[in-house]
Amino acid sequence: MRVSCVLTEEGSLGRYIARRLLLTVPVLLGASFLIFAMVYALPGDPIRALAGDRPLSAAVMAQLREDFNLDDPLWLQYVKYVGDLFQGDFGTDFRGRPVLDTILLRLPVTAKLAAVAIAFEILIGVIAGVLAGIRRNGFFDNVVLVSTTVIVSIPILVLAFISQYVFGLQLGLFPIAGTTEGLYSYLLPGLVLASGSLAYVARLTRTSIAENMRADYVRTARAKGLPNKTVIVRHTLRNSLIPVVTFIGADIGTLMGGAIVTETIFNLPGIGRSVFDSVRAQEGAVVVGIVTLMVLFFIFFNLVVDVLYAVLDPRIRYD
Amino acid sequence: MTDSQQQDLRSDEVRAGTTTGLGAPSVDVTDSRQNSLWSDAWVQLRRSAIFWIGAVLGVLFLAMALFPSIFARGADPRACDLSNSRATPSADHWLGFDQQGCDYLSNVVYGARNSLLIGVLGVLGVLLMGVVVGAIAGYYGRLTDSILARLTDIFYALPLILGALVLLRVGPSTGLPIISERGPGAVAIALAAFGWMTAMRLVRSQVIAVKSSDYVAAARAMGASDYRILVRHILPNAVAPVLVYATITIGVLIAAEATLTFLGVGLQAPSISWGLQIAQGQQLLRTAPHLVLFPSVILTLTVMAFIMMGDALRDALDPRQRS
Repeated sequence: MRVSCVLTEEGSLGRYIARRLLLTVPVLLGASFLIFAMVYALPGDPIRALAGDRPLSAAVMAQLREDFNLDDPLWLQYVKYVGDLFQGDFGTDFRGRPVLDTILLRLPVTAKLAAVAIAFEILIGVIAGVLAGIRRNGFFDNVVLVSTTVIVSIPILVLAFISQYVFGLQLGLFPIAGTTEGLYSYLLPGLVLASGSLAYVARLTRTSIAENMRADYVRTARAKGLPNKTVIVRHTLRNSLIPVVTFIGADIGTLMGGAIVTETIFNLPGIGRSVFDSVRAQEGAVVVGIVTLMVLFFIFFNLVVDVLYAVLDPRIRYD
Repeated sequence: MTDSQQQDLRSDEVRAGTTTGLGAPSVDVTDSRQNSLWSDAWVQLRRSAIFWIGAVLGVLFLAMALFPSIFARGADPRACDLSNSRATPSADHWLGFDQQGCDYLSNVVYGARNSLLIGVLGVLGVLLMGVVVGAIAGYYGRLTDSILARLTDIFYALPLILGALVLLRVGPSTGLPIISERGPGAVAIALAAFGWMTAMRLVRSQVIAVKSSDYVAAARAMGASDYRILVRHILPNAVAPVLVYATITIGVLIAAEATLTFLGVGLQAPSISWGLQIAQGQQLLRTAPHLVLFPSVILTLTVMAFIMMGDALRDALDPRQRS
């Protein structure tokens, strides 16, 4: 990313986006090939495994091998796979069900989970960070510092079980599994999924606010006699939130990894749970399809964040 | 320039039969009373409560991994009596018994060894990959850098847990030496294979930052090889940030190991691991919550120990934070 302070003519942002999009292609292909190679380079015959105890006739077996391109070398299998992918064909699993159907059925669950997690990050993380940052070394600042260290250290699976036990089994406030109670059943897994990032957002906001509180323009605003609240909300906060927004944006892609664990423990039928089940069952097509999608999200939100950076901070220009 | 770098420069000069003055500056900066980065950092660290809490916990868990029988109060984790199944904590058995009637304290204590082993081995793998790839990319630049940076982007786009999950799932049927054995080595390799990217970026940026310095040019002028320049003159600059990152990453990898084992692809049953204990305990969350609670608490404390040490180290090594 080259950043300069010179104002450039219209269209430089468009060119920047185009160049970035071009750079994402090898990353997307590389990441999906990596998973593809791991899943499909497996010794053992998936068709034989599929057939189980009843032996298939040679003709049926050959037809199935043909259908799944199993006789081609690995790279050719991958080229054929990508070719299909560009036509919107994610392939089928070994039971003949289109992978795209599975994805479309399960994606909304993960989207809701991620949305709830992001909401927690913004609501709790930013507020805690602001309160800590405006009074650095105060009591609340220390509370935030200690609690974020503790929260970052708790692995997601530990937090999941503790919250299931305390809020689900003991207090009976939240359902501990499934999506039976609509959005309400996403609250607990969403909070668990958000925990690590939430602590990071609080720290980031705190540092950013504390740094900006000493800036010249804040002193100027105070010198003008503006009330404290206006200085903080209108002047400090707006500038301080730029790194926070970029972190949260990039985090959407990262949440996908955590979703595997959270959805498995809370029994949510999203793509994270689906990819875990498929890895165990060695459903190669589903694994590669979902991982490709996850990588796509990751790349997309990172690009959005980089562009947003320029929109939020006019000092930054891309050329 | 550190003392050792200066010495290296001097010996380069002797070998080349030249003098640049950089190896032996007329004003010897090391003579005037100047503290090194490390001694300053140590002074700072000694005053940090966070560091001491982390260090004490870390030493405690290290001792637990090395001499588990002392902490287990002599109990054998595999001597089980079904009549004790799921008994709650008592004065004799501090953490109670698990489903099979095994003393839980000894099981939790014996779990420390695998966790620390995988954490440390994993980080060594991460450092090996990160330093080698990062140094090559940063030092040679141009096309080499572009290709390696793109390769890093590819791995970076895959979540650690996801990549390791797939690799460990297919591992046993690959027939490769360590990876097919489903032991601590396989888990460490899987974690390193999908966790080296941040270390690479750290090293790469440090190498780029110092490779055009005068003292590097001097070393090159005296005929030092690329390898020698990298290892003796450039890489020592990256030690501080990499050390901070490595300390925190031990904790992160320990958590990841427990997660992978919980998901059924990490360590397998006769091994003793906190991930396995949590996985077995969660089915009894209603009736015997202590089976999940104890390994969870000790796992969290272990992760916390490394994160706290890393945090304190970062603050101590960052000169901007000093008053």
